[in-house]
Amino acid sequence: MAEEALLQVNRLKKYYGISQGLFKKDIIVRAVDDISFTVHRGETFALVGESGCGKSTTGKTILRLTEPTEGEVIFNGTDVATLQYNDMRSLRQQMQMVFQDPYASLNPKKTIKQLLMEPLRVHKKFKEKERLQKVTEMLDIVGLSKEYLDRYPHEFSGGQRQRIGIARAVILQPDFIVADEPVSALDVSVQSQVINLMLDLQKEFGLTYLFISHDLSVIEHMTDRVAVMYLGKIVEVADTETLFKDPKHPYTQALISAVPISHPAENKERIILKGDVPSPANPPSGCAFHTRCPFAMDICRQKEPETLLFEDGHTATCHLYTTKSREELNYVTSDSK
Amino acid sequence: MASSLPQGEQALGSVLKSKQKTKIGEFFSNLSRSWTGMLGFGIIMLLLFLSIFGPWITPYDPMHAEFSKGLLPPLTDGHLLGTDHLGRDIFSRIIMGARVSVIIGIATACIAGVIGTIVGIIAGYFRGWIDIVLMRLVDVQLSFPFIVLVLVINAIIGAGLRNIIISLAIGGWVIFARVIRSEVLALREKEFITSSIATGVSRLQILVKHILPNLFTPIIILASLQIGTYIIAEASISFLGFGVQPPTPAWGNMLNEGRDYIFSSWWLVTFPGIAIVITALGVNLFGDWLRDTLDPELKGE
Repeated sequence: MAEEALLQVNRLKKYYGISQGLFKKDIIVRAVDDISFTVHRGETFALVGESGCGKSTTGKTILRLTEPTEGEVIFNGTDVATLQYNDMRSLRQQMQMVFQDPYASLNPKKTIKQLLMEPLRVHKKFKEKERLQKVTEMLDIVGLSKEYLDRYPHEFSGGQRQRIGIARAVILQPDFIVADEPVSALDVSVQSQVINLMLDLQKEFGLTYLFISHDLSVIEHMTDRVAVMYLGKIVEVADTETLFKDPKHPYTQALISAVPISHPAENKERIILKGDVPSPANPPSGCAFHTRCPFAMDICRQKEPETLLFEDGHTATCHLYTTKSREELNYVTSDSK
Repeated sequence: MASSLPQGEQALGSVLKSKQKTKIGEFFSNLSRSWTGMLGFGIIMLLLFLSIFGPWITPYDPMHAEFSKGLLPPLTDGHLLGTDHLGRDIFSRIIMGARVSVIIGIATACIAGVIGTIVGIIAGYFRGWIDIVLMRLVDVQLSFPFIVLVLVINAIIGAGLRNIIISLAIGGWVIFARVIRSEVLALREKEFITSSIATGVSRLQILVKHILPNLFTPIIILASLQIGTYIIAEASISFLGFGVQPPTPAWGNMLNEGRDYIFSSWWLVTFPGIAIVITALGVNLFGDWLRDTLDPELKGE
C-alpha cells in the first residue's frame, strides 16, 4: 500500500467552556486535547477508547461538525479547520460521515428516495434523470430493493437503516468517511453484515475510513491501524496486528485483555482497571492515566510523558519506556523483533 | 438477500400501499378509540356545519326585531329558545353566532400561528442576539394578562370583526413563538440535522427541508388548542362591549345584551353561554386528542 497521507491531524484541540456564573471561572473540558495522527489513503484507521474519551468529538471536529479550538486538519492538502463555510460545504462531498444511531440520523419525515437524492442535489452531481438511477444503483449496492424508495425510515430495521445511512454517505463517492461507531447500535448478528458491506464498499470505491469504535473485536477484524485514546489524548498508535500482539501502553494492554475470549479453554490474564475515567474537566496531573495505571511511578504523577517511536510507526506515550535510557530502549525494541 | 424473497416482499409492498391510501380511514379508526376525541370532533363538525349552512337553517331572520314578541320564553310561539328583548329569535342568533366564532377562531389561529412560527424559527435556529431580543419581547408580552392586552389593543384600533381578529392575533402569537422556538431548539440538535450538515446541505435548505416539515405536528396541535382560547376571548371581549358590535349576532354580545334581563328572562344569557361552553369544550377535547395521538411527548405542556 502506498503510504500517501490523505488526512493529517496536527495538534488538534477541542475545549468546551462550561459557564459557572458571573463570579467563578469557567470550567474548561478538554474533550480533545492536543492529538496528532495521519490517515493514509485507502486504509482503515481506528480510534478506540472508552466512552467519553473524545473519539466521537475528534471525528466530528475533523468534519467541522463542531468547530476545533486549535490545531490543523489537513485533508488532501487543504486545512479544513480554517475553511470558510461555503468552501467547507463543497469539500464535504469528499469527506462524509456514517452516524452511530441509525434511528436518529435519518429525518423521519423524508422518504428513502428523498434522503438519498439530497446529497446529489446539494452538490449538483449528475443530471436530474440520472440521479434516480444512481440512487437505485446505490440501494442495490447496499443490498436494499428499489421497492423501498418511497418508504419512510421508521419502516426499516436498524440494520437496514444503517445501510441507508451508509448509502447516503457513499453515494457522493467521497475519498474519506468518518464512521462513528457505525455498528454499536445494532444487533450482533447484523453487525457483521454491515461491517462486511463497509469493507466491500471500501474495495469498490477505494474509500478511506476513520473508524471510531469501542469494540476491539470489530477493530481487529476490519482496521489497518489503530489509535488508542484516553481522556482526550492518543496514548498509542500501531498497526492493528502489532497492537494486538504487542501492546505497549498499560491502558492498551488492559483494553485488549478485556476482549472476550473466543474459546473457553483459552486462558488469558485479565488486567482489571480500578476506578472510573477521571473527568476531562479536571484531568489528573502528569500522565492522565496514572490514577488507574497498575505500573504508576512517581514521575507519572509529575510529568506528562512524551510520545516515543518504536519500530514501524508504532508509538506510545508512557513513562515506562522513557525511564530506560535510549540505548536500552533500542536494545529492547530491536530484541523484540 | 433482497432478491431471495421477491414474492413476500411484493406482498408486503402491496399491503403497505393499500394502507397508505386510507390515511383518512386511519384517522377515523384512531378517533373511534377515544370517546372524548369523537365528542370533540362531532362538536367541531356541527359548528362548521352551522357556520357554513347557517343562513339556510335558521327558522327566523336573526336580525329581524319584532317588539311585540319580546322576551318570549323558550318553546313558545315557534321560538325554540325564546326571543330576546327586541323579539329576535335566540335559536337563529346562536346559529349565526357560530359563524362569527368559527371565523375568529380559525383566522386568529392562522395569523397568530404564522407570525409566531416565523418568530420562533428565527429565534430558535439563529440563536444569538436576535433570539435574546425576540424572547425578551415575548416575556414582556406574556407578563400582561391575555384578555387585558387584547382589550387594550382592541380599544385602540377599534371594534369590528376584522379588528378583533387582529387584536387577538397580536395577543396570541407569543405562545406560538415560545413553543415553536423550543421545538426548533430541540430539532437542531437532532442527529439527522447534523447528518444534513455533514452532507453539505446549506443552512437555509436545512431550515426549509428538514426543520419546517417536523414543525407541522406541534403547530397543528397548538393551533387546535388555541382556537378554544380565542373563541372564549372573543366572547369575553364582545361581552364587555368591544369586539363584534351589535346587531351582528355573536355569542359574546348576546350575553352582554341579555345581562339586564338575567333575573327576569334567564334564557337570554343561558343559551349563548351554553353554546360558548360546548364549543370551547369540543375544541379542547379534539385538541387534546390530537396532541395525544400525534405527539405523546408534548403531554406535559
